[in-house]
Amino acid sequence: MSSLLAQLFPPETTRGMELSADVLIVLTSAAIIYVLTRYHKWGHLWREWLTTVDHKKIGIMYLIAAITMLFRGGVDALLMRGQLAVPNNHFLGPLHYDEIFTTHGTIMIFFMSMPFIFAMFNLAIPLMIGARDVAFPRLNAISFWLFAFAAFMFNISFVVGGSPNAGWTSYPPLTELAFNPGVGQNYYLLAIQISGIGSIATGVNFLVTILKMRAPGMTLMRMPMFVWTSLVTSALILFAFPPLTVALAMTMLDRLFGTDFFTITHGGMPMMYVNLFWLFGHPEVYILILPSFGIFSEVVATFSRKRLFGYSTMVWSVITITLLSYGTWVHHFFTMGAGPGVNVFFGISTMLIAIPTGIKIFNWIFTMWGGRVRTPVAMLWALAFIPTFVVGGATGVMLGAVVGDYQFHNSYFLIAHFHNVLIGGTVFGLLAGMYYWWPKTFGFKLDERQGRWFFWLFFIGFWITFMPQYALGFMGMTRRMYTYTTGYGWSLPNLVSTIGAFMMGAGFVVFVYSIVYSYKHGERDLTGDPWDGRTLEWSLPSPPPAYNFARIPVVSDRDAWWEMKQHNQTNVVQLNPNDIQPIEMPKSSSIPFLMGLAFFVGGIGMVFEWWWVAILGALGVVALLIIGSFDYNDHEEIHAETIRHTEASLGRLQG
Amino acid sequence: MNVPIEPELQNTQVPLEFTDQHESLKILGFWAFLATDFLLFSSLFAVYAVYQSRVGMSGPTPAQLFHLGPVLFETVALLTSSFTCGLAVYEMRHHRLKGTVIWLAVTILLGAAFVATEISEFLGDIALHDTWHHSAFLSAFFTLVGTHGSHVSFGIIWAITLIIQLLGRGLTTITTRKVYMFALYWHFLDIIWVFIFTVVYLSGKII
Repeated sequence: MSSLLAQLFPPETTRGMELSADVLIVLTSAAIIYVLTRYHKWGHLWREWLTTVDHKKIGIMYLIAAITMLFRGGVDALLMRGQLAVPNNHFLGPLHYDEIFTTHGTIMIFFMSMPFIFAMFNLAIPLMIGARDVAFPRLNAISFWLFAFAAFMFNISFVVGGSPNAGWTSYPPLTELAFNPGVGQNYYLLAIQISGIGSIATGVNFLVTILKMRAPGMTLMRMPMFVWTSLVTSALILFAFPPLTVALAMTMLDRLFGTDFFTITHGGMPMMYVNLFWLFGHPEVYILILPSFGIFSEVVATFSRKRLFGYSTMVWSVITITLLSYGTWVHHFFTMGAGPGVNVFFGISTMLIAIPTGIKIFNWIFTMWGGRVRTPVAMLWALAFIPTFVVGGATGVMLGAVVGDYQFHNSYFLIAHFHNVLIGGTVFGLLAGMYYWWPKTFGFKLDERQGRWFFWLFFIGFWITFMPQYALGFMGMTRRMYTYTTGYGWSLPNLVSTIGAFMMGAGFVVFVYSIVYSYKHGERDLTGDPWDGRTLEWSLPSPPPAYNFARIPVVSDRDAWWEMKQHNQTNVVQLNPNDIQPIEMPKSSSIPFLMGLAFFVGGIGMVFEWWWVAILGALGVVALLIIGSFDYNDHEEIHAETIRHTEASLGRLQG
Repeated sequence: MNVPIEPELQNTQVPLEFTDQHESLKILGFWAFLATDFLLFSSLFAVYAVYQSRVGMSGPTPAQLFHLGPVLFETVALLTSSFTCGLAVYEMRHHRLKGTVIWLAVTILLGAAFVATEISEFLGDIALHDTWHHSAFLSAFFTLVGTHGSHVSFGIIWAITLIIQLLGRGLTTITTRKVYMFALYWHFLDIIWVFIFTVVYLSGKII
């Protein structure tokens, strides 16, 4: 018993910050439980949300989780910037600092960006292609619950103590048991593995959805650009995640079962991990950026009231980027001694990616050229993206230059570069998409004035934070450094950087306030087409009914909804009361939630090496697979009368 | 849940499982899953190839470890099971439930013989203290071959549930789709085994 307690609460947990976090979490949980019980909402929560297979609701849950994780990862960032604000600071201890930069990176990549992207997939893609759901609705829900339980598992490591501390890349030999005892790394390995399974399933799901469930007439070259980038992102996920699965599994075998994959002795090689990790990791950065490229294409075209310029070059650019992304992974370790020939090959293949990306940047600018440009918040993010990403891309080419990399490697120059592209590209894109599709999803707009405050605080704060870090990199400050002394000239740039970070944090607070404010007072979207949009989702009411399209539209051109509006054919989306057919829709299921739970139980068992718990979880997974296999009753019919009633109340019946 | 494909396809030679749009979607999805599984094995093969080249550092060598007798038996059992699995699909395509079930059962038995032989081989190695703690080569060997073996074991459980569903429901668009997906999976495992036989056992014995 005492060893159990020691495992659950290692000595470091007595640190004040964890204790206050624990108290806060317990109080919040108690408040949530009280509210749900007081207002009898447990049944509602279970029926409408936890068991749902509706892609729109799953998208909303992904979005909530991503924003929560953005907060969690953002607090980590502010703690780090607080620690680095002044020299010789001891606000955080060195080990604590290690845990914080590890969880910051891991959460921002795996538990913030990925679910945010999947939120956009779920919220927009079926509506954009004229489908009633994704190809595999139940699998979609399973993906979500695997992610959700994995994120939960990763986060409780902070509460019970023993967070991972080897960086988001988790390189051996530091992650080997001999150098990193305790359960921290186990949390990392299991949580990423479980959410990775969910990500692969999402990739399969959207690949098939986009290839096979488009409305009649929507050929590949008539798909909206976001659908295109999501298609190649899904393909990237399929090909990128298996090497990660293997790398994580081998680390786990080393730690839990005493194998020798990455040990220094017995023929093991840490570099094996590094190769496998970046064979995943480099395509992963395109998994993170390509959906945002798609969002910018939609947003820029809509708010310029113009067709996207150079559509087919956009398509070929993303395909080229996808292919090239697999030939670049070695640039993550130029300094590890592969030799000049190998390094130059990967240096050139890296720099080549700037060409298709540059083409895309020009296409967005030419889309605006001569257009009637409006600048709501969604468009502001797209406009801010262009110069920001150009700087990030240029510094990426600098890092790709092998000889230069020997100077920049693992310095703050690198940190500045990847935050420059990940925030300036991925996060700006996701925020643009969120503001753009928010009225479609929830039926009300986010407040524009507060959105501008959020935008300017975050955007200016971003530049103040990361530009000094380029300088710090040149001045020799390395990444993951927990404190520094005076006399290097690092003090002022670090202080400025910290001020910028807190500006970004202030922007986030405004954003959260604006969600609450807009929910109560925001402009309701009664037309379904608040931005005068171009693609099919804007032909639907906001929020769309459960079955999305009462009648599946027939597409004859790119920007299908815009063309319908130009030709005064918008009434084709309305139904004639006499020819309403019943619609078959997937039925809610408790299996996805229970599947996530079973993986969670199994994962916790593995983390603490409580084998009977691990076996219990594994048996649960197998049992749920079998139960699912025997369940033939997974669809239900929505009656014609219900559809007529719904469509009538939305004012969408003819005559 | 049956959404028929275009009526003109109804009377042609389209197999039952492809006559329903939702079911044929699932087959495409399964192909995509197989692609990821193929990459999983590719990664494991790459790991194995590298560690095999470093085998001199500690532990036994492939030539000392492998016994071709049981491996040949495993190969014959698995390749035959792939054939019997094909026969099950053949019977299914001719709408013969009994033949489908019988050949699936034979497939399961051959698969079980494969797994049993592999487990006894592994136990023999472990009895000689040739475990995966000894060297990176052994870690890679047990992981690659064991991953394949656990896939086969999972396939056996899957096929048993399919037989129960076939006996309960007969040949429908859904059950035939499930059998067809299982057949894809089983042939895929056979292909992986051919690679394991060549890369691991044959080259291990020769080099």
